[in-house]
Amino acid sequence: MTVPVLSVRGLRTEFDTRAGRLTAVDGVSFDVGPGEVLGLVGESGSGKTITGFSILGLIDPPGRIAAGEVVLNGQDLRKLPEPALRRLRGDRIAMIFQDPMMTLNPVLRIDTQLIETILAHRDVSRERARDMAAEALAQVGIPSPAERLRAYPHELSGGMRQRVVIAAALMLEPDLIIADEPTTALDVTIQSQILYEMQQLMAERNTALIWITHDLTVVAGLAHRVAVMYAGRIVEIGPVDDLLDRPAHPYTRGLIHSIPSATARGQRLEPIRGMTPSLLNLPPGCAFAPRCPRADAACGTRPEERAMGPARLVRCHHAGEVIA
Amino acid sequence: MTALLSLDGICQTYVSSPDLAERAANLLGANYREMRVRAVDGVSLDIGPGEVLGLVGESGCGKSTLGRMVAGVETPSAGTLAYQGVALAAMTPAQRRAWQLQVQMIFQDPFASLNPRKRIEAIVGEAAVVHGLIRPRDRRDYVADLMGKVGLAPDMMTRYPHQFSGGQRQRVGIARALALKPRLIVCDEAISALDVSIQAQVLNLFEDLRAEFGFAYLFISHDLGAVAHIADRVAVMYLGRVVEIGAADQVFSDPRHPYTRVLLDEAPRLDRRAQDFTPVKGEIPSPLNPPPGCTFHPRCPVAAPACREIVPRLTGAGGRMAACLRETGEVA
Repeated sequence: MTVPVLSVRGLRTEFDTRAGRLTAVDGVSFDVGPGEVLGLVGESGSGKTITGFSILGLIDPPGRIAAGEVVLNGQDLRKLPEPALRRLRGDRIAMIFQDPMMTLNPVLRIDTQLIETILAHRDVSRERARDMAAEALAQVGIPSPAERLRAYPHELSGGMRQRVVIAAALMLEPDLIIADEPTTALDVTIQSQILYEMQQLMAERNTALIWITHDLTVVAGLAHRVAVMYAGRIVEIGPVDDLLDRPAHPYTRGLIHSIPSATARGQRLEPIRGMTPSLLNLPPGCAFAPRCPRADAACGTRPEERAMGPARLVRCHHAGEVIA
Repeated sequence: MTALLSLDGICQTYVSSPDLAERAANLLGANYREMRVRAVDGVSLDIGPGEVLGLVGESGCGKSTLGRMVAGVETPSAGTLAYQGVALAAMTPAQRRAWQLQVQMIFQDPFASLNPRKRIEAIVGEAAVVHGLIRPRDRRDYVADLMGKVGLAPDMMTRYPHQFSGGQRQRVGIARALALKPRLIVCDEAISALDVSIQAQVLNLFEDLRAEFGFAYLFISHDLGAVAHIADRVAVMYLGRVVEIGAADQVFSDPRHPYTRVLLDEAPRLDRRAQDFTPVKGEIPSPLNPPPGCTFHPRCPVAAPACREIVPRLTGAGGRMAACLRETGEVA
């Protein structure tokens, strides 16, 4: 791989709660190259969203980033003072959320919000900023962008709002976009429109993209590489075909076998037994051991990352034995 | 086979009348009119005993409204609903009560559908006592038995809903539906809010219960994978109308309506890698102002001029029907 746009090493994010300290992100490491789409997959509470927030340095007390490096284009973001980090956010890294109303201010018109963003990062005239905003809307497939600029968020449909947010993220041509479940709330036909626009824009501009989702099927169609998270750790990472066709971690295998489809008609699904453990009360060794069909005495110690073929890392004592 | 439940030309129209201020403004010459939304527009279908009918469609297509009418939560504004061959209007009070008890509903949001101030024993057992299915003093044993059936420990019934995870709450919702000995369960996006691994557990539970009790399900979902997995027959809705209906394997392997084809082509699947997403044009139109003719024509890749004028009827044979002018031969 060429020089990565983003390189995360040993990232750990902790929250101090009344019930004790919990580690939401526990030693997460990965790279994303230019033009690459990394799918970050996990269920609720796996730490996938907190990983995204930690990269942007957006962890507020009682949470804190306890360890690790977040290197963007050779620069360690964790060593940057807050004002410099602020200049990077929205400019070099952008984030897209599941609910577009989390990003959009409901009482301001779209143009006010987009122009403000541009003026905060670029030394251009207001007129030029307005043109840039209209261009950005046109690029994400919003019809008659000049008129839409004058709309308030509530006047747009859910799909249109999400496009506006994507336009805002792309406007300043960032090196990295972190998208947190951006299409989860959308209908299939609208989702495919948005995925289409994202695919085109990423390929044109060589932007790196981290696509955070619980949905392996979207990742299958969109991502180049996939990282699977469980209880704050990446349990498996690798190229999309390799990982989905030959999952090495029992959790990944369980997720894949849980997805209903026409091919599994009439057969029982093989769900993962039990439920996600509380981060406050994780088992001492492998966090997945209590739910794992393969678990034995060895799983009482914490598994380290092991290489499995090119570009493939797995965190399991029994990796490889479970390839189905 | 007599249908367990059948719908014939069911419609549901919501009317929003001008409010006081708008009526006052009308006196001064403004023109606020009554707004009508036809959420469900002439749907006819049957659900047989022990059958799983999947109902798919995107937001605003009327699938939830249809489910609510089947469960008796809402009354249709037109059309006939019949349970066990008796039309709603002709039902005796006893028959009406049987329909209302024997059709139960499981809701999407397991956080909003359980009363946070009641213990699980009351939530699950209350209706059975009220309707005289069990005696009050048998409630504890009855609920314990139901808890076991849905895979929860019986001693959990003394707890409150907030002490459960999302998947467990959905099981409580299922136990509550089972408590009334239903014959048809309406599942309105019942697994959508759950994590993938928990979804699979609940889907398996639905299958197990069906095998044990012979329930019929109206399984409403936007998740084509889940519907393909569980349903015997599938109905696809768009803007209040059924556009295609048929045996699940046939609809999924050989869709006849362009909208079904679009849905199947664009739904992400595990075995579809580096997918070329192709944008379907346009958005779902507002049901306040649906397009004339075939409501899908503005987005349809194969629309012809006639599609703008003629409303296609559901046509076909052997229970396999589609509402498209190309199917009926009105458009070549």
